[in-house]
Amino acid sequence: MKLTSLLASAAMVLGLATGAVAQDKTKIGFVYVGPVGDGGWTYEHNQGRKAVEAEFGDKVETVFVENVAEGPDSERVMTQMALNGADLIFTTSFGYMDPTINVAKKFPNIKFEHATGYKTAPNVSVYSARFYEGRAVQGTIAGRMTKSNIVGYIGSYPIPEVIRGINSAYIHAKKVNPDVQFKIVWAFTWFDPAKEADAAKVLIEQGADVILQHTDSTAPQAAAKNAGNVITFGQASDMAEYAPSPRVSSIIDNWAPYYIARTKAVMDGTWETVNTWDGIGAGMVKIGEISSAVPEDVKAEALALKASIASGEYHPFTGPLNKQDGTPWLAEGEVADDGTLAGMNFYVEGLDGEIPQ
Amino acid sequence: MIRLEKRPQPSRGWSIATPLVAVLATMLFGGLLFGVLGTNPLQAIETIFWEPLFGEFAFYYRPQLLVKGAPLVLIAIGLSLGFRAGIWNIGAEGQYIIGALTGAAVGLAFYPLEAWYIFPLMVIAGALGGWLWAMIPAFLKVRFGTNEILVSLMLVYVAEQFLASMSLGLLKNPEGFGFPGSRNLQQYDSAHNADLIANTGMHWGVVAALIAVIFAYVLLNRHMLGFHIRLTGEAPRAARFAGVRPSRLILLCLGMSGALAGLAGMFEVSGPAGQVSIDFNVGYGFTAIIVAFLGRLHPVGILLAGGLMALTYIGGEIAQGQLGLPAAAIQVFQGMLLFFLLALDLLTNYRIALQKPEVA
Repeated sequence: MKLTSLLASAAMVLGLATGAVAQDKTKIGFVYVGPVGDGGWTYEHNQGRKAVEAEFGDKVETVFVENVAEGPDSERVMTQMALNGADLIFTTSFGYMDPTINVAKKFPNIKFEHATGYKTAPNVSVYSARFYEGRAVQGTIAGRMTKSNIVGYIGSYPIPEVIRGINSAYIHAKKVNPDVQFKIVWAFTWFDPAKEADAAKVLIEQGADVILQHTDSTAPQAAAKNAGNVITFGQASDMAEYAPSPRVSSIIDNWAPYYIARTKAVMDGTWETVNTWDGIGAGMVKIGEISSAVPEDVKAEALALKASIASGEYHPFTGPLNKQDGTPWLAEGEVADDGTLAGMNFYVEGLDGEIPQ
Repeated sequence: MIRLEKRPQPSRGWSIATPLVAVLATMLFGGLLFGVLGTNPLQAIETIFWEPLFGEFAFYYRPQLLVKGAPLVLIAIGLSLGFRAGIWNIGAEGQYIIGALTGAAVGLAFYPLEAWYIFPLMVIAGALGGWLWAMIPAFLKVRFGTNEILVSLMLVYVAEQFLASMSLGLLKNPEGFGFPGSRNLQQYDSAHNADLIANTGMHWGVVAALIAVIFAYVLLNRHMLGFHIRLTGEAPRAARFAGVRPSRLILLCLGMSGALAGLAGMFEVSGPAGQVSIDFNVGYGFTAIIVAFLGRLHPVGILLAGGLMALTYIGGEIAQGQLGLPAAAIQVFQGMLLFFLLALDLLTNYRIALQKPEVA
């Protein structure tokens, strides 16, 4: 009896609170897996948040919590935002998937946007970017630039998104340089400067003179700079402080247009569940300035590839392509479907090593 | 001139007072820190300590305190037994991971069968997993005299690799589209460690933590083994004369702390976390070391310390969300707590004496 009345009054307070806030400002919450100063993944999401503030001024209020561990902690942070009257919540890491779905069930009137996941609900959309398109451009530059023919790759977790990136970079490096070889180190972290620096050093010691990374810190850039004669690419963010060398280009996640559009949709009451997967063409993936360390002809080749991907004329996964074990995957001219790409858990032919299981 | 004088006996008064003084000092200096960062210090302190307990949404945060505090208390109780005897298990985080893996694996092996005995079997498997992982440093110490601090700590990283391997391989959700992570046990009734009463946060892990507190209290105060543990820590030579067998004590203390850490992991994975994933462990095993010392290695103290630690976590999240404090500031705040506690600990064993400088 006591408990139920407590919960009932709590629910009432909750209703009042959300109602009251919703009237004046649209409140938007962001849950970040890393610190906003990581210079990579979380940094760019936070840039998106700032863009929303700049766009709508005092019609919106944004809040964020950084360094939120995936699992029960993230569920609590989301609930806290929901209780405090958020209208729209962006959860920006794959591991927030089930917590997002759980919280969304409890707050059917609040909209949720989960980055890089696959579970949707009437009030949960998912969004991600086709980073592999950027990887194709990177691979082209890497293949042309390497002198040792060894390209080092720092993987985070062996999930489809990362494997797609490795495959795409390899296919395009191989296209311009048949002798190229990829060495892959798995760091099992998205953000850990010490581990990332170690991984970079190991790769450099093994002869790599190009380092690609799927982790978020600038530590590999610093390691490459110290080693000298090694080039890198900015990941998630431009990392321009390491330009023109070692950083010769970058893949930039540009979430701002999406965040602004979704905020607008909530304001207008037109929000509905979507599954967004945009690339270079839509502007969600940007290629950072290709620096002067890259010869003009290589730069032109890379930009031409970028343009053909952007226009939709070329798809980075176009046959003929075989899987690592030699079994055929795509026939001549065939293009990979999104379903296969979304769950990609195999290397293409030519890559060494196994995906950790 | 200020001088430190060793007390003939540790001060009882100070040993109770230092945690309280440490909390107050943390509030003071933490407040200063928040002030420098441009937040109203009083409001920040209030948000961290008051909001979760008595604020507008306390109905949600109070249960969350139990959810966050229970694993800390459960692990810290186990650690405190060993710490009292001078046996240093620093690897509770690893035992927590292995307990979660073995517990979840048993549950997943039965999927989709629904039966009453699945959860109890998972509990046993979780405790056994943690116990086994702790037996590695225990056995190596007893047999070869290795240092249990190093071995248990290093095994944390081994356990993390196991966790990654399991999330990507053996325990991966076959319906998960190739993404890492196991099935969600929250959607499997027989294996779900649900709230015993809905929305209270009271899951089996909380019950187990409370039982562990009582058990440890009785053990230390009323049982011969507890006496041996205390004696070994306080007077190792006397303990040997009293017939305490060190190797038996090492196996028991490490085993108990491992089993409790394993249980904590199992309750977490089957309840609040729901699934085995690469980032499943969030540092409970390490934070529990702080909790054990904050609670003066005393069962009741640990219970209170676990609650306090949970409060700073949850309050810290609220402060981030509402006041825009950076996560690093909250971590510094939590670090201050341990720092002041250890610094003030000096007063338990020493007294400050004022005296004139002597001529040499």
